[in-house]
Amino acid sequence: MEYIVIIISAVFVNNIVLAQFLGLCPFVGVSSKVKTATGMSGAVLFVMFIATVITWLIQNYILLPFKIEYMQTIAFILVISSLVQMVEIILKKISPSLFQALGVFLPLITTNCAILGVTLLTVQNDFKLLEAVFFAIGHAGGFALALIIFAGIREHLDLINLPKGMRGVPAALVVAGILSLAFMGFAGLV
Amino acid sequence: MAKKESTLLNMVLTLFLVTAAAGLALALVYNTTLEPIQQVEKEVLETALGRVLPEFDKIEPPSGIEVAPENGKDPLVFYPAYKGEEPVGTAVKTYTDQGFSGRFWIMVGFSPDGTIINTAVLEHKETPGLGDKMETEKSDFPDQFKGENPADFGLSVTKDGGDVDAITAATISSRAFCDAVDRAYKTFMNKNKGGAK
Amino acid sequence: MNKWKIFSKGFIKENPVFVLLLGLCPTLGVTTSAINGLGMGLATTFVLVMSNIVVSLVKSVIPNKVRIPSFIVIIASFVTIVDLVMKAYVPALHSQLGLFIPLIVVNCLVMGRAEAFASKNSLGDSILDGLGMGLGFAFALTLLGAVREILGSLSIFGIQFAEADGMLVFVLAPGAFLGLAYLIALMRKITDK
Repeated sequence: MEYIVIIISAVFVNNIVLAQFLGLCPFVGVSSKVKTATGMSGAVLFVMFIATVITWLIQNYILLPFKIEYMQTIAFILVISSLVQMVEIILKKISPSLFQALGVFLPLITTNCAILGVTLLTVQNDFKLLEAVFFAIGHAGGFALALIIFAGIREHLDLINLPKGMRGVPAALVVAGILSLAFMGFAGLV
Repeated sequence: MAKKESTLLNMVLTLFLVTAAAGLALALVYNTTLEPIQQVEKEVLETALGRVLPEFDKIEPPSGIEVAPENGKDPLVFYPAYKGEEPVGTAVKTYTDQGFSGRFWIMVGFSPDGTIINTAVLEHKETPGLGDKMETEKSDFPDQFKGENPADFGLSVTKDGGDVDAITAATISSRAFCDAVDRAYKTFMNKNKGGAK
Repeated sequence: MNKWKIFSKGFIKENPVFVLLLGLCPTLGVTTSAINGLGMGLATTFVLVMSNIVVSLVKSVIPNKVRIPSFIVIIASFVTIVDLVMKAYVPALHSQLGLFIPLIVVNCLVMGRAEAFASKNSLGDSILDGLGMGLGFAFALTLLGAVREILGSLSIFGIQFAEADGMLVFVLAPGAFLGLAYLIALMRKITDK
């Protein structure tokens, strides 16, 4: 039950993109087609899951026992960036088809603040490992939901005749604002 | 500019040196800021204690007692205050997870019979201009808790059938505030009941 | 490119937020008030200038292949320093900005300048570039923060100027997106001429 609450809260109430403003670069950058948005979401889910597990272990078995929490930011970002590279290499070897689908998005993930953000939030919330895993999956799900809805709307946005200054990003941001407004309806759900 | 050639040795060496230098620099900064950070935390705590308790001579024990709450997983901290040998009240450091931006911490002072003396916000991330009106400096929202005994004062917003007037447009923050006070009150009363001879 | 141009391009012409669209997360996340925007902008400026300085100094001794990881470590160190110092001396602002301080590490702006400018240019130019880009970022955040604060809570830099309820939506999450959208459109209009 507790895990369901964590997931619902992460997907809808505290949506990582629309309420917590994390992962906006890919949100604006790769969301012009539903297909690329789906690929990106898959890559994020994959990396966020592994990164959360590994950083959780580092935090609880290395940083805390040695009282060097101040190395947290450095340790986490290094883990994430080397992880991304490793995933890229391994995926290429063992599953070329998955690599084809996710490959181009992997390098972009290092600078996706959603990943680092979620690992840091996990640590701040003092989650147990299993809770942390659900938390990560929930947030990745929220990211996917926001990204795919947004991409679906953006595909149609290109067809509309807008004033010159509003074309492209500003119009997309207005759409994001309206989506965010809709997601606010979930506030207080859990 | 000539790029330095990459050999295994100099790559490993460079990364090692960069990380070592970073670690050293951070250890240094960490140690110099440790004291001011603790000082700040102490000041916040002392200001809050002074605000939510009547005049007192000492807190015993000075670092407070951790008490498992009625609901919720993390402990609350009790600061029992004495004037001379007589207990004059207890400050309870409590929290809520229902804030608009997640968890925030407040301090609630109770007189021995459970009447709320006053409240103070310790740390929060609520929206400026809305939820942050729960701070005493920013509105009179927290004043309505003063001198009320939750035994005959509904600790929830009027919309939910309680006696607390919510902050305009910040019902979620107001509800969360009530939740924190309620958690403190229930834990406080339960502990007293168990501790009374 | 002359010195003045290196410094001033960050404000309007290559403004990191309005034109380059970098660092959007903190831009939208912390600008609930002008003060928060300014604080975040200055913290980022500090990290940007310091990492530009160090990257520019060590650029010739770092082997090419480990360039990026080294830069990340350098940037992360300065971010942690900012985090600790802010916690010690401006605790209220620190708790408002919260998670977004450690997240300066993944602000594409900082990494972008280290890689694209500081690793190729002289120390003096790198400092100017960091300062210009950082202040341009701070300018954008303060502007967006001020717009949201004025419309949303009818105050500016924490000073209330009217006793009424503002347009709530601007302080809340949707207002960040809408505010930025119209500011970008406005900037385009201005620079188009």
